[in-house]
Amino acid sequence: MTLFVVMSFGAAAIWLAVVTVVCVAVRSQRRVVAEPAASRIILWGGAVFPTVTLFALLTYAFWLMPTLRPSPTFRDATDLRVEVTGRQYWWQVVYFHRGLKIAAANEIRLPVGRRIEFSLKSDDVIHSFWIPSLGGKMDMIPGRENRLSLMAQRTGVFRGACTEFCGTSHAFMSLTAVTMEPEAFDAWLASQAKASINVAGEGRALFLRHGCGSCHRVAGTQATGAAGPDLSHLGSRQMLAAGIVANTEDNIAGFIANPGAIKPGAAMPAFSMLAPQDIRAIAAWLKGLR
Amino acid sequence: MTVPGPRASDEERAAQSERLRKVWENPRGWRYWTSVNNTQVGLWYASTAFIFLLFAGALALIMRAQLAWPDSDLVSADFYNQLFTLHGTVMMFLFAVPIFEAVAIFLLPPMIGARELPFPRLGAFGFWSFFLGGIFVCGSIFFDAAPSSGWFMYPPLATDEKLSGIGADIWLLGLSFIEVASIAAAVELIVGIMKCRAPGMRINLMPLFAWYLLIVAGMILFAFPPLIAGDILFEMQRMFDWPFFDPARGGDPLLWQHLFWIFGHPEVYIIFLPAIALLAMIVPTFSRRPIVGYSWIVLAAVGTGFLSFGLWVHHMFATGLPQISLAFFSAASEAVAIPTAVQIFVFIATMLAGRVILSTPMLFGAGGIAIFVIGGLTGVMVAIAPFDWQAHDTYFVVAHLHYVLIGGMLFPVAAGIYYYYPLIDAKRLSDTLGRIAFWLMFVGFNVTFFPMHLTGLLGMPRRVFTYPADLGWNFLNLVSSVGAYVFAFGVLIVVWDVLRPKHREPRAEQNPWNAGTLEWISEPEENWGVRSVPFVSSRYPLWEQPTLAREISEGRWYLPDAKEGRREGLVTSVLDARPEQVLRVGGTSKVTIVSAFSLGAVFIALTFKWWIAGAIAAFTCFCAILYWLWTGTAEIPEKPEKDVGVGLALPLYASGPSSVGWWAMFITMVGDSTAFASLIFGYFFYWTIHEDFTASSAGPGMMWPLVSAALFVFAWLATLAARHFNALERTAFVRAALIMALALTAVASAAGIAGPWLHAMNPTAHVYPAIVWVLVCWTVVHAAVGAAMIAYCLARSLAGRLTKTHDMDLRNVALYWHFLAITALITFFVIGLFPEAL
Repeated sequence: MTLFVVMSFGAAAIWLAVVTVVCVAVRSQRRVVAEPAASRIILWGGAVFPTVTLFALLTYAFWLMPTLRPSPTFRDATDLRVEVTGRQYWWQVVYFHRGLKIAAANEIRLPVGRRIEFSLKSDDVIHSFWIPSLGGKMDMIPGRENRLSLMAQRTGVFRGACTEFCGTSHAFMSLTAVTMEPEAFDAWLASQAKASINVAGEGRALFLRHGCGSCHRVAGTQATGAAGPDLSHLGSRQMLAAGIVANTEDNIAGFIANPGAIKPGAAMPAFSMLAPQDIRAIAAWLKGLR
Repeated sequence: MTVPGPRASDEERAAQSERLRKVWENPRGWRYWTSVNNTQVGLWYASTAFIFLLFAGALALIMRAQLAWPDSDLVSADFYNQLFTLHGTVMMFLFAVPIFEAVAIFLLPPMIGARELPFPRLGAFGFWSFFLGGIFVCGSIFFDAAPSSGWFMYPPLATDEKLSGIGADIWLLGLSFIEVASIAAAVELIVGIMKCRAPGMRINLMPLFAWYLLIVAGMILFAFPPLIAGDILFEMQRMFDWPFFDPARGGDPLLWQHLFWIFGHPEVYIIFLPAIALLAMIVPTFSRRPIVGYSWIVLAAVGTGFLSFGLWVHHMFATGLPQISLAFFSAASEAVAIPTAVQIFVFIATMLAGRVILSTPMLFGAGGIAIFVIGGLTGVMVAIAPFDWQAHDTYFVVAHLHYVLIGGMLFPVAAGIYYYYPLIDAKRLSDTLGRIAFWLMFVGFNVTFFPMHLTGLLGMPRRVFTYPADLGWNFLNLVSSVGAYVFAFGVLIVVWDVLRPKHREPRAEQNPWNAGTLEWISEPEENWGVRSVPFVSSRYPLWEQPTLAREISEGRWYLPDAKEGRREGLVTSVLDARPEQVLRVGGTSKVTIVSAFSLGAVFIALTFKWWIAGAIAAFTCFCAILYWLWTGTAEIPEKPEKDVGVGLALPLYASGPSSVGWWAMFITMVGDSTAFASLIFGYFFYWTIHEDFTASSAGPGMMWPLVSAALFVFAWLATLAARHFNALERTAFVRAALIMALALTAVASAAGIAGPWLHAMNPTAHVYPAIVWVLVCWTVVHAAVGAAMIAYCLARSLAGRLTKTHDMDLRNVALYWHFLAITALITFFVIGLFPEAL
C-alpha cells in the first residue's frame, strides 16, 4: 500500500515535470537553451535522474519483497494448510489440519491474525488465485504446485477472482473469502470435518438416485464423486456457482436444471429432464446442508 | 571531396529521364498488382495494415459496448473471448509490426538516397504473404472460428482441442506464415541499410530513422524465431499429440510462456522504436535544427533493444518463479526505463535548443509523448514485483499497455501520416481536421483508459466478458466505453482526411516542411526514387548541402540513366558507404504472388488438415521459388562493369561478403539459428525441471547420432571442396564434389533418423522422445534444404552459369552449409552425448 502511494505520487510528479518541460519547449518561439546546455539536459534528465530514482525504488522494493511474500515453510504438521485447486470454472478447497483433510469448494474461510499457507494447483488449464484484499495473486499451473501465504488482518467477507483467462466462463470464476476470529474459525472447521446435521433430509435419496453422487461428494452419504465441487456443507456458503449468484434454493434448482444458463461452458450437464418437484426437493436438501 | 558531374544538355537529360521512367514504371491494368516497386508495395502494405487496425478497433468498440453496463448480454461469453483474442492478435501482428515494415519499405530507399531496396521481389512476396495471412486470421471471426484463448495463447487452454477448437490452429499457422514475412522484411531492411546507402553516407551520417530500423530489424531477427520455435512445438502437440506442454507426460505449460515472452517483450520495443524513429525525423524538422545528441539517441536505442531481451519474465511474476529471479528481472525491467528516458529527453533538448513550430505532426508527437510517459511510469510501477502481484492481469495492466502502445506508437504514426502524406500524392492533409482529430483522440483516449487504472485497482480482472453490478466498477466502465467511442470518432476523422478526394487542391511544394533529409526530394509522380544517386556528406543534406537537391534532379550524380533498360542501384560498403557495385534488382513479376499464395495455401491446408492439398501447394511453392531463383537471381551481366557517372566505373557482379545476397543469407541464417537455439533451450529446460529427464525411456543411443554428425561434417567438407575447385576452375571436380555432398547429406540424414527410430522412441509417449524427434526433424529438414541448394548449384554448373568469377550461388550455399554443419553437430552431440553424460 505504502509502495503504491509512493509510486503513484512519484509518477504523477515526474509526469507533470516532463509535460511542463514539453509544453515550454513547444510554446516558446525562441531558443530556450544553447546546444551544450541541451546536452546536459539529456544527461541529467534522461540518464542520471531515472537511474537514481529507480535505484532508490528498487532498493525499497527488494527490502519489502520478503516481508510481503515470505517463503512458506510448512514446518509444522499441526499448522493449517489450505490446498486450492483451480478447475474450470470453480475452486476445489481442502483444509489440512491436525491430520484431518476437510473438503470444501468455492469459499475459503480464514482465521484473523494467523499466517495461513496455501498450496495452489490446477487440474485442467492455468488459473490464477487472487483475493485482492488479502494479498497478491499467484498462478495455478497444471503439473506444478505454487505456494503462497496470506494473513488476514480483520474479519469480513472478501471477493476473490480467477485472473488468468481460463476459458468461456472465466468471468464467472470468483471466490468468497470469509475471515473470522480464530475461535470461531476453529469451531467452524470442526463442524466442517463432520457430516452436516441435516444430511438425512428427504432430497437425499433423489440426489443419489439421479446419479449426482458420481461427480459430487456429500459427507455422510454414498456420494463420493470428485469431478465436481464438494457439497457436504453447501447450505452454509454465501454464494453459489463460484461466487456468481446468491445461495438460495431457487438458484440451486435453476443451476441443476440448466447450469449453462448461469455458467456457460460448465462441465455439469443440464438436468432439465428431471421432474421439477425432484429438482426442488434436491435443492431444498442441498440448501439445508449446513 | 567528390563533386558532381557536369550538367548534360536539356535534350540529353530529357532522354535520360524518359529511359529511367520507362524502366521503373508500373505495369498497367490488373498487372499493376504485380508491381514490386518499393513505393507501391509500401503503400499497399500500409493501407492493408490500416484496414486491419480499423477492423481490430471495431472489435474493441463491440467489447466496450458489452462492458458499458454490468451483467450485459449484448454478446456471448464465447464471442467476447474471440473478440479480445482477435483484437490483441490483429493489433500486434497485423498492424503494429507490419505498419513499421510498410513505412520502412516506403521511406527507407529515398531517405538513404537509394533507388530501391536490394530485394524488391522479396518485399512484394512479404506483402502478399501478410495480406493473405491477415485475411485468413481476421476472416475466421465471421465463421465463429476465431481463436479465443487470448493473444498469448497459454497452453493447456490453447492446446486442448475441445477447449480451443480450430481457432488456435488458425492463430498458430496464420501467424507463423506472417512471421515468415516479417523476417523476410527484416532481412531486406538490414541489407538495405547496410549495403544500399548513398555513397558517402557513413554509418554515423545515417538518418536516425535508418538507425532505428536497423536496430528493430535486428531485434525481429532474434525475437521472432523463438516464437516460431514455440509455434512448431505447439502445433506438433495440437496436430500429432506430442506432449510438449502436457504435464501428465513430462511437458510443461511454462515453456510456452518463456518462449512466447522472449518474443513478446522485445515485440513491444519492436513496435515502439520505429514510432520513436518517426518522431526523430519530425522533431528536428519542426525545431528547425539538427537533433541534439545524435550519439545519445543512437546508443539509447541500441541499449533499449539490447535490454528488451532481458525483461520477459516480468510477464510471469505470478507464475511462482523463485524470488531471486523476480528480483533480477524486476531490476532489468526498471533499467530499460533509462535509455527510454534518454530518447525522450533528446527530443525535449532538441525542442528547447530550437524554435518550435507547433504543426499538426508535432501536436500528435507531443500528445503521444505525454501519453507514453504515463505508460512508462505505470510500467515502472508494475515492474516492481510486489505491486505487480496485485496489478497483474487486471485492468491496470490493460490501461498500462494501451498507454504505452497508443502513446508510444499510434500517436506517432498519426504524426507520421500528417508529416509524410505529401510524399504519397503531393497533397497536404488538412490542418484543421488534423487538429480536431488530435483533440478527439487525445481526450477520448484518456477518458477511455485512465479510469481503467482504477477499475484494475478495484479488482477487475482483464478478459472478463461481464461483471456483477455490486462491485463499484459500473461508473468507471461506462466512462471508459464513452471515451472509446470519442477516440474512435477521432480516428475516423483521420481516415476521412486521408481518403477524401483531393484532386482539386493545388500540388504541395516538394519539401513543404523544409525538412533536412533526402526523402523530401523524391517526387510522388515518379517511380524512380531519386533522379540520380547523390554523394552525401552530412546528416541533413538538404540543409547542409544547399545545391544538392538541384544537382540530383539535374542528373549530375550517379546512375542518371538506364541505358541497358535495367533497374539499377548502388551497393556501398557497410561502414563508410564507398561505392562497390551496381546492383540490378528484380522488376515486375508474377512469381512473387504465386510463391506467396502457394505458401499461404500450405499453411491454410495444414490448418484444416487437408494433407493432399497441402502437399500440392508445397510442391507449387517449391517450383515457383526455384523458377524465381533461376530466372531472377545471380544473373550474369553482359559486361563486367559499367560507368555510373561522375567518373566512376563499378562492377556489375559481386559475390561473397561484398554482395547483398551473401549478407541476406547470413542474416537469414542468424535468425534461423535463433529458432534452433530456442529448441535447444527447450531440451535443457525439460532437463532442468525433471529429476529424471529421460523418464527412463530409451534415448537415441550414442552411435547413430555420432555417425550422423560425422557424415554431416563430411558433406560440409565436400561442399567446401566444391567451392575450392570452382576457384581453381576444375569444373569436373566441382561437380564430383557436389554429387558427393548430395550423397553424404542423404546418408547423414538417414543416420540421424536411425538413432531415435531404431530405439523406438515414441514422441507421443513422453516429452523426452518428442523433443529429441523435434531436434532431429529440424536438422533433417535443414539438410533437405541444403541438399536442394547443392542440387541447384549442380544444375547451375551444368547450365554453364557457375564459373570462377560468377560463383555467387556456390558461395551462398557454402555459407548456408556452415550454419547447417553447426546445427547438425549441436543436435547430434546434444541428443547423443548429453544423456550419456548424466
